[in-house]
Amino acid sequence: MAEERRQKQCSVVLPTESMKAMAESVGVGQLQEESCVALSEEVSYRIKEIAQDALKFMHHGKRRKLTTSDIDNALKLKNVEPLYGFQSQEFIPFRFASGGGRELHFYEEKEVDLSDIINTPLPRVPLDVSLKAPKEQQKAESTEPLKVVKPGQEEEGTIQGKSQGATAPDGKGQYLKGLIRLKPRSTHELSVEQQLYYKEITEACVGSCEAKRAEALQSIATDPGLYQMLPRFSTFISEGVRVNVVQNNLALLIYLMRMVKALMDNPTLYLEKYLHELIPAVVTCIVSKQLCLRPDVDNHWALRDFAARLMAQSCKTFSTTTNNIQSRITKTFTKSWLDDKTQWTTRYGCIAGLAELGPDVIKTLILPRLAVEGARIKAVMEGPVVSNIDKIGADHVQSLLLKHCASVIAKIRPQPDNVEQYRTDYGYLGPMLCSHVMKARTQAALQAQQVNRTTLTITQPRPTLSVSQSGLSGSTGPRTPSIIKVPSSLALMSPRPGTPSQPSPPATKYIVMATSAGAASTQQVITLSSSQSASPVTSTVPSATSTLQPLVKLESGSGPGLTASRPLQKYIVVSLPSSASSSLETKSSVLPTSISSTPLDTGMKLDRSESPGASTQSPH
Amino acid sequence: MAAVQSGMGEGVEEKDIKTEPASDGFGNNNANDGRLVSTSPGSNAPAASNKPVAGGPPEDQQTLLAVLQFLRKNKLTESVEILRREAGLPEDDLDPNGADSSGAGTGGAAGSVDSDAGDASSLLTRVTVSSSAAAQAPTKGTIQSDCCQVYDGASGGPVPGNSAAGEDQPDVSVVLSAYSQQGDPALYEVYYSSLKRFIETVLDCHRAELSQVFYPLFVHMYLELVYNNHENEAKAFFEKFSGDQECYYEDDLRVLSSLTKKEHMRGNETLLDFRTSKFVLRISRDSYQLLKRHLQERQNNQIWNIIQEHLYIDIFDGMPRSKSQIDAMSGSLAGEAKREANKAKVYYGLLKEPEIELPLDDEDEEAENEEGKPKKKKPKKDSMGSKSKKQDPNAPSQSRIPLPELKDSDKLDKIMYMKEATKRIRLGPDNLPSICFYSFLNAYQGLTAVDFTDDSSLIAGGFADSTVRVWSVTPKKLRKVKSAADLNLIDKESDDVLERIMDEKTASESKILYGHSGPVYGISFSPDRNYLLSSSEDGTVRLWSLQTFTCLVGYKGHNYPVWDTHFSPHGYYFVSGGHDRVARLWATDHYQPLRMFSGHLADITCTRFHPNSNYLATGSSDRTIRLWDVLNGNCVRIFTGHKGPIHALAFSPNGKFLASGATDGRVLLWDIGHGLMVGELKGHTDTIYSLRFSRDGEILASGSMDNTVRLWDAMKAFDDLETDDFTAATGHIHLQDNSQELLLGTYLTKSTPVIHLHFTRRNLLLAAGAYNP
Repeated sequence: MAEERRQKQCSVVLPTESMKAMAESVGVGQLQEESCVALSEEVSYRIKEIAQDALKFMHHGKRRKLTTSDIDNALKLKNVEPLYGFQSQEFIPFRFASGGGRELHFYEEKEVDLSDIINTPLPRVPLDVSLKAPKEQQKAESTEPLKVVKPGQEEEGTIQGKSQGATAPDGKGQYLKGLIRLKPRSTHELSVEQQLYYKEITEACVGSCEAKRAEALQSIATDPGLYQMLPRFSTFISEGVRVNVVQNNLALLIYLMRMVKALMDNPTLYLEKYLHELIPAVVTCIVSKQLCLRPDVDNHWALRDFAARLMAQSCKTFSTTTNNIQSRITKTFTKSWLDDKTQWTTRYGCIAGLAELGPDVIKTLILPRLAVEGARIKAVMEGPVVSNIDKIGADHVQSLLLKHCASVIAKIRPQPDNVEQYRTDYGYLGPMLCSHVMKARTQAALQAQQVNRTTLTITQPRPTLSVSQSGLSGSTGPRTPSIIKVPSSLALMSPRPGTPSQPSPPATKYIVMATSAGAASTQQVITLSSSQSASPVTSTVPSATSTLQPLVKLESGSGPGLTASRPLQKYIVVSLPSSASSSLETKSSVLPTSISSTPLDTGMKLDRSESPGASTQSPH
Repeated sequence: MAAVQSGMGEGVEEKDIKTEPASDGFGNNNANDGRLVSTSPGSNAPAASNKPVAGGPPEDQQTLLAVLQFLRKNKLTESVEILRREAGLPEDDLDPNGADSSGAGTGGAAGSVDSDAGDASSLLTRVTVSSSAAAQAPTKGTIQSDCCQVYDGASGGPVPGNSAAGEDQPDVSVVLSAYSQQGDPALYEVYYSSLKRFIETVLDCHRAELSQVFYPLFVHMYLELVYNNHENEAKAFFEKFSGDQECYYEDDLRVLSSLTKKEHMRGNETLLDFRTSKFVLRISRDSYQLLKRHLQERQNNQIWNIIQEHLYIDIFDGMPRSKSQIDAMSGSLAGEAKREANKAKVYYGLLKEPEIELPLDDEDEEAENEEGKPKKKKPKKDSMGSKSKKQDPNAPSQSRIPLPELKDSDKLDKIMYMKEATKRIRLGPDNLPSICFYSFLNAYQGLTAVDFTDDSSLIAGGFADSTVRVWSVTPKKLRKVKSAADLNLIDKESDDVLERIMDEKTASESKILYGHSGPVYGISFSPDRNYLLSSSEDGTVRLWSLQTFTCLVGYKGHNYPVWDTHFSPHGYYFVSGGHDRVARLWATDHYQPLRMFSGHLADITCTRFHPNSNYLATGSSDRTIRLWDVLNGNCVRIFTGHKGPIHALAFSPNGKFLASGATDGRVLLWDIGHGLMVGELKGHTDTIYSLRFSRDGEILASGSMDNTVRLWDAMKAFDDLETDDFTAATGHIHLQDNSQELLLGTYLTKSTPVIHLHFTRRNLLLAAGAYNP
């Protein structure tokens, strides 16, 4: 092979046509053929000679590319004037042209207008030569690790630090090589911008400002570049849940679950690697015995519903034959549901979690147990009053079962719905099921588009705020948003409204949200008490605290009994129908000053108090 | 050469060397013109003197010479030819005592010599016309033939017949005229292939040795064809046989291939190299006899003539060498080194370290002691390595080369060095050094040279844009001395006067030194960190002050690019070498060189001082390394074996070994005392630009264009050697291929060729290169 190459080398001679072309270009026409041959041989030889010398300069310049300056230097060696003006920007400045059977390489020289050059702004000065090395190298000769100066940009794979004493017995050479292999596993540092972003987002997600939270969640759900931060987010969530479950901080748990939802909504994130952190958090929020300080009044049921839905969604998305998420989750839920000692709260969570997994699961796992569960509920509802909490729990479980099972039964059972038949099939729950099923059938028949409201109830308990509470909360200092947990002392400070000893007649509540650009919008809660109060009572809540924005269902231009202060205001009226079983939101107050004694999440209230708008009470 | 030596000898005796030595040398050379010199008077270079003349008394020769001279003067070329044939004189040969025949119109007629005493036809005499060109200015040609002073008379003697034609370039024409003999061009191929056939059929043991003949024969036959205007035959010859040559001659073949006309031969340096030097072959006596018998039987005079004229066959008794043994040593432009060339004694031991008391009160006394009884103080080994006070028989005497006295600051530095040395990490295969890489960013392919100070506090870079930049890599910034006017104002009596003379306003991390007018190819710090040397394409070496950051001296002497320069480890002296094939020894306070070392057949690409400052090594594009004695300018070692231009050299800290790296990507290890190749380290895939031994000599680091730093187990490489029985007499070392065992680590940069390496005093390895996106 070398031989072939060499033979080629010795035979390369410039074509005589080139000689002719060059002669013409300097004004010599009609060059003799013999002259051309002689010239071309001579020129070829000289060019080779110069190229060989130029190579020498390339080697000494410690380069791999031959440059025009090497040729210049080689010419200087021969005492030949170098070619001036050949500093081309391109590596090969020649152009090729062919036509009329002739092929030609030429050097394109454009005419340049001098004034153009003068008038164009000067190009940026190229960066000056600089020296990069580990800064601490001097003192670090033996003790400190040598840091990579610019990760990924330029470094020895070997740069490493090793204390002189700590020489591994197995040989440093292997250690060095090991380092190189391990390098990809190193954690990726977030850039400063990413760190800022992460801080802002997490603060906003658990902070007090609902508008910010909405923005932050929106960002998590849509931003395509979050992959780097994903491990941090998942740790944030799992740690947050762990802490706040212990502290029964319902609000923060809700916020964290919303973060999970946002993460799952983001199409660019692939959560599978972080499920080991997220799933336990979510399951905790579903089945935990206690999620709030006052289980009797706080609507932790909504959180359980929401988390159950998240769980179902992640099962759908991530369950594979290898990780078996769905079957493992199902097993967990069923096991604790079947346990007799299980509390009503957990029981509710288990059923919700199972029910969200789909009609098939309901049909195979829940329906067969309806009779047993019915008996249990009956024991609580109709038996001696053991505890109010149990009763509330049983009540919720009952409504949950009715809600989920009715639609399934409506599909699988033949048309005539006989109450007695239902009673024999499903025991205590039978009659209620029957009515629900009939309702479901009629609804399906009517093709009602109405969305099931209850799916939106997680924020139900929060919108109302009592004046007395907010006045009190003015004394509490602002909470630092970066801390996930609310100090328990704060929670304790808040007055605990008396637990209603008995369910009051449900009152319909309307929440009117007024949004206007710029000014802090207010939100008014009007409780129309059907029984005691004749006049609507209005309390104004700064809209920043509202978690209702995404939940708006009704919108009407004229809120009942509401006086619009600004013409541009938009009124959003959300009706919160009190469910039949709910005893929570039934408070209505006659006192104009303390409008509502509706049990509220204390943590939430305190959160809100810090916003400046809190002091502006109802303008009316 | 003798004159040069004596002149140098005088000069060296005192530290204040005047600039005369070099000019003396030339003067004496010129004074020899026209003298008939049969043996170079006073030539004491053992390498240069060959066996005494074998046949024919000198009187006869002189008569013959006189007659020939007369005939030639009268342009009776035919008669000259006839007479020569009558006398049985072959056309041309060299003799070793051409030591004085400097090519610049020297008239010295060479004596005669015989390389093979037993051969009757080998009586060679020669005549040189004393031409009118005696007063020629020294040109490159001069230097060319200067080389023979040391390199055993390589200069081709002028031969009748062509002197008139060479008025403009007498040396070249004289050289070329050796090819004027005519043979039938058509027969060249026949001759060559018959020899080839013969060699292919001889016994295996001889075949490898005899195959060495192919390449020089091929080259010279080709050149003869070209010279005699047989262009087509030459091309055909080249195409037919060039493929047979060893691959490591490819570069030279490429040059040859472009050379197809007689006119091209003039001024072609490679060609001159072939002609001015005899290609040296080492062949066992048996093999040689075989070859000779064959050629005589076949009456193959053409080839025989070439062998006689252009080849030097170094015959040894004993077993023929194997192919691998031959390959290890061959590859240089002019064949292997003659055995005689490496016989001179080399004092490779280290000089004794001056004893420095930690309290620095009596330092003057110390210095006097050193001056006073230098002979008594025999140098010991590495002061750090062995504590024994025993004198090292291999070390030169302390005053063999006058060295500068130690200044207070030097002593302080030595103390610092010793303190650092106590903290030095002991390296070994199990304890490899950390490597810290300094990358030059935005260098745009312009970084051409780097050097670190010995204490690793400064880095200097030479750039293709003619600048030299100095960086401080410690928090201590670089400051200039104040201007003269400001210096007047400071209190000279104060204790911190050294601090006060510095101008704080100029403090910066780096300084740029402007002065060169071409790319800076070599750079070297002085050991005391006060000076910086840079060598450039513009032919100058510049000395810069690191106090004022200005240029102090421009040393002019090289007419062509200066590829490398290096400060002596003791300061004061430095060496430079470049395209003009001459290495020059300078002292910082002399603007002319003290010594000129000529002998290389191509560019000197790298230069390096021995740790004891008594010797220096030069690597060259002719693929040889030479070791020169600073005292007398002799070449004491020639190392062949590289297959490409040598770009890196490194002496082991104990002075016993030399490592060299070349474009062929191999590192070769040499034993200086025995003059032998002792190791070959294969692994790099591109030019090696940097080599460095760790401070204790356990690890050899090599940095290459292939973006890697490799660490080699130097201890093992040299230890294995000791167990080998030294075949010093023949020099036929058999190298086992153990590169993989010796390689301790390979470390890749991302895209940065490694062009410099440096071990700090504590054995941290620093590397430098320009990031090359």
